[in-house]
Amino acid sequence: MSNRSQVAAHVKALPFSGIRKFFDIVASRKDVISLGVGEPDFDTPWTVREAAVWSLERGATHYTSNRGDPDLRKAIAGYVARQFGTTYDWEREILVTVGVSEAIDVALRTILNPGDEVIYHEPCFVSYRPSIILAGGVPVCVETRREDEFRLTRDMLEKAVTPKTRVLMLNFPCNPTGAVLGQKDVEDIADFCMKHDLLLLTDEIYAELTYESKHVSFISVPGMKERTIFLHGMSKAWAMTGFRIGYACAPAEVSENMMKLHQYAIMSAPTTGQKAAAEALERGDAAVAEMVAEYNRRRNYLIAAFADMGVPCHTPAGAFYAFPYIGDLGVSSEEFAMRFLEEHGVAVVPGDAFGQSGAGFLRCAYATGMDNIREAMARMTVFVDGLRSRKS
Amino acid sequence: MSEILDILKKNARTSLEDIARMIRSTPEEVAERIEAYEKAGTIRGYRALVNEDHLPGERVTAVIEVKVQPEREGGFDRVARRISGFPEVVNMYLMSGKYDLLLFVEGGTLREVASFVSERLSTLDGVLSTGTHFMLKTYKQDGVLMDGDKVDDRLQVSP
Repeated sequence: MSNRSQVAAHVKALPFSGIRKFFDIVASRKDVISLGVGEPDFDTPWTVREAAVWSLERGATHYTSNRGDPDLRKAIAGYVARQFGTTYDWEREILVTVGVSEAIDVALRTILNPGDEVIYHEPCFVSYRPSIILAGGVPVCVETRREDEFRLTRDMLEKAVTPKTRVLMLNFPCNPTGAVLGQKDVEDIADFCMKHDLLLLTDEIYAELTYESKHVSFISVPGMKERTIFLHGMSKAWAMTGFRIGYACAPAEVSENMMKLHQYAIMSAPTTGQKAAAEALERGDAAVAEMVAEYNRRRNYLIAAFADMGVPCHTPAGAFYAFPYIGDLGVSSEEFAMRFLEEHGVAVVPGDAFGQSGAGFLRCAYATGMDNIREAMARMTVFVDGLRSRKS
Repeated sequence: MSEILDILKKNARTSLEDIARMIRSTPEEVAERIEAYEKAGTIRGYRALVNEDHLPGERVTAVIEVKVQPEREGGFDRVARRISGFPEVVNMYLMSGKYDLLLFVEGGTLREVASFVSERLSTLDGVLSTGTHFMLKTYKQDGVLMDGDKVDDRLQVSP
C-alpha cells in the first residue's frame, strides 16, 4: 500500500456531525427518555401507509420519471398553491427528491460557482455548512441570538453580504431553535435578496408546524418566486421520515439543471414513498392538524416547565424543538447533556452541535409523548436544582 | 371542540396541573371549566377503556338488528325508549336501511343474551323481527386499537 490517502483531502477535512458522537453514547444506554429525536413520534397516518401498501400490491415498484411521478408533482403543485398561494408548473418547476437533504445538496451544486459565498444562519441543521462546502461554495455564517428569539434580521444580513455573495440559505421554522419569521421579517429579507440580486434557498420543511401564527412563506412575497428555490417535504408534518420524500420548487431553468444532477446521482426518488406522499398531500390535512394540536400542548407544557425551573427559554413558535439556555448554570452544553444522561437517564442534544452560537443551549425535541415529557421535565428540575446548589 | 375536552377524551386522567400547562392556563381555571362541562351535561362521565378480551371469565356481546313498526304519533321513539331502558342494552342507534334499530347487548353468557332476545326483546309490541350477531373479538374500540403494543424504534438521537 502506498502512503497516499484513500480519502479525498476535502472530504477528510469535513468534520463529523456533532450529533453523531452524542448519538453513539446515548445508543449504548438502555431505558433512556429521549428528547433528542429530530423526527415525529406519531405513526405515519394510516391512510398514507395503506396507500403505500396498495401501491406495492398493484406492482408500482419501478422507476418513476426522473422529476418524480406526475401524479405526485400535480399533488405538490396543488398543495403549494393551496397552502402558500403560489402556483408552480408541475412539468417544469417541481423536482421530487430523496428528502429535503438531497434537495439541499442538489440545489447548492446546481447554483454555486467555485468561491461563491452562501450566507446561512446558525444554530442550524447539521448538513448546511458541509453541503455548501462540498458544493464548492464559501459558507458565511450569521449567528442568530436569543435576544431576537433567533430570528434573522436584515441588519445581520447587510453586515454579512459581499460582492461575492450569491445565495441566502434559510430554515424557518428553524431546527434547532424553533424560531419563526413573521410577515415583516420575511418581507425585509425578501427585499434584501432583491436588492443584492441573491438567490434564496429556503428550507421550509416545518411550515405546517407553527403554533402562534400561520407560517409565512418566502414564495408568497411578490417577486420572490423568480429567485427562490423552495424546499419542502413529507418528513415532519406528515410523520413520514422513513419514506424519504422531499421536493424543490424552482424557476424552470434552475429546476431543469437540478434535475440533471438528480438524474445522474439518484435516478428517481423511491416509488413507494412517492405514492404515499401523493396520498398524504391530498388527504392528510386532518391528520396534520391533529398532530399540530398535540405538539402545541407539549410545547406549552415545556415552556411552563422551563419557566417554573427558572431556565430561560424563548418561546419556540415553530417546528418541534425548544431551545432553553443553561449557560448560567456553570456547565457547558455538552457537560449538561452528558451528566443529565448519565445521572438522570434523559437525552437532550447540546446546542453547539448545531453551530458554535448554540453553545450554552440545549435542543429538547417535543416529538415524544406527554408522559415522557412530564418525566423528563421532573428530572431536569432536580438536576438543575442540584447544579444551582453546587454553584452557590 | 374545546382543548380541555379534546385532552380529556384522549386521557381522562390527565391531571389539572398538566392540562393547565398544556393550554397555558391555571389548575383552578381548568377545574372550573371542567365542572361547568359536568354541570351542563357535556361531560357525562369518566371511565376506563378496558380490553374485555384480557379478562378471565366469559362476557358476551351481541349486535342486534331490530325492525320495528313505527307509530302514527311518535315514530320510533316510544318503542326505542322502551328497548333502551333494559340494562343489557349498552349502545343503541336508529339506523337507515334494512332495519331500524341497532343494539349492542351485553350479557354474562350466550344463553343470557339469547333469552333476552327471545323473551324480552322480540315479544315487545312493535318489534317486527330481530337479527342477532355475536361478537368474536375486539380489534378497535372508541378509536383505540386493542391488540399489539406500539414500540418506539426510532433512533434515540437524530438531527
